[in-house]
Amino acid sequence: MATVDDYVSRIEGTCGAESDVIVVFKYEKKDEAISNILKKATLKNKIAGIIFELTFQGQSFRVYSTGKAIFRGVKNKQELNELLVALLL
Amino acid sequence: MVAYSWGLSNLGKGDEVLVSLMEHHSNIVPWEITAKIKGFTIKYANVHPDGTLDYDDFESKISKKTKIACLSHVSNVTGVINDVKRIGKVAHDNGALMLVDGAQSMPHMKVNVQDLDMDFLAFSGHKMLAPTGIGVFYGKKEVLEKMPPFMGGGEMIKEVSVSQGQCSVSWNELPWKFEAGTPNIGGAIGLGAAVKYLEALGMDNVLSHEKELTKYASERMKECSKVTVYGPSDLSKKLGIIPFGVKGLSSHDVALFFDNYGVMMRSGYHCAQPLHEIFKLESSARASFYIYNTQQEVDRFLEVLKEFEQL
Repeated sequence: MATVDDYVSRIEGTCGAESDVIVVFKYEKKDEAISNILKKATLKNKIAGIIFELTFQGQSFRVYSTGKAIFRGVKNKQELNELLVALLL
Repeated sequence: MVAYSWGLSNLGKGDEVLVSLMEHHSNIVPWEITAKIKGFTIKYANVHPDGTLDYDDFESKISKKTKIACLSHVSNVTGVINDVKRIGKVAHDNGALMLVDGAQSMPHMKVNVQDLDMDFLAFSGHKMLAPTGIGVFYGKKEVLEKMPPFMGGGEMIKEVSVSQGQCSVSWNELPWKFEAGTPNIGGAIGLGAAVKYLEALGMDNVLSHEKELTKYASERMKECSKVTVYGPSDLSKKLGIIPFGVKGLSSHDVALFFDNYGVMMRSGYHCAQPLHEIFKLESSARASFYIYNTQQEVDRFLEVLKEFEQL
């Protein structure tokens, strides 16, 4: 059974007042991860074919075609993990 | 090392340490930690809205209570070059020492510590083509000789003898007194090679190459209406670092956008949160140039930057 760890390489807290979280997908799974996310989240905007502005369960975030995603205002690791489970699996 | 070795043995209640607000956290946090132990006061000197040092404020805060003045030679956020010789003279006239963070100056320009009359200067290897985990700490010999060791073990020991069940310890001479533990041999060899390489290039050539790229990039960035460049507009006051923001996007979005095109840059506070608070910014993206960058790469950076105009 697939898990979030199958898709996620690492999670980085950003440095700055924004308290964003960057999720880096595993290179070999990034296309599958992005495809899964695009099926479940609502696309608000697609920028230059490489940035997807999305919302899911009231959470706005951006996914980049290189296999990275920025989530804003996520309260804690548990909330982020729940979002990733719902988006990826 | 200065905060712990010199600071813990020379500072106490009633003493003051003067630090600028443009410092990297590494020149703030050690003083904050040791101030809690020894009870001395830290005073912070202001920075103008364009990122240049408020010299009047810095100098007005130096008094007979000031034991050390701490200032970066070049800001790691804006590239602003500080007149550390001027500040050092005022510090010395008041009986204080002068500590300079040279992490952003040594890799990019000629620095003569004796001409500048600094008491301490530190810089990192990884900013000048050397491996991570190695750096250089310079201090005036007469000051270093009075300082106790920073850490214990290995090369810093001269002798550990036993008499009547008690150990007696003596320290090695300089520079080994400050080189505890097994040396970072690989790092030192790498740093030595980097220094030789830069010396062969010539630091004046390194500086002029960076200045050229910075001038070119700065002028072309003005063509991008969504881009705001922070720091002084007078390029003679700075080195090859351009902090900027893009309207409507966080610095992390900007960095990830560039990442899509194979252009790497730093985003966030750059370990200098106070300066960002002065700029009233949540964070910034930072373009920076070094000897390995070319004008073609700057053109590529500008091409990607112009794509923000279409968003």
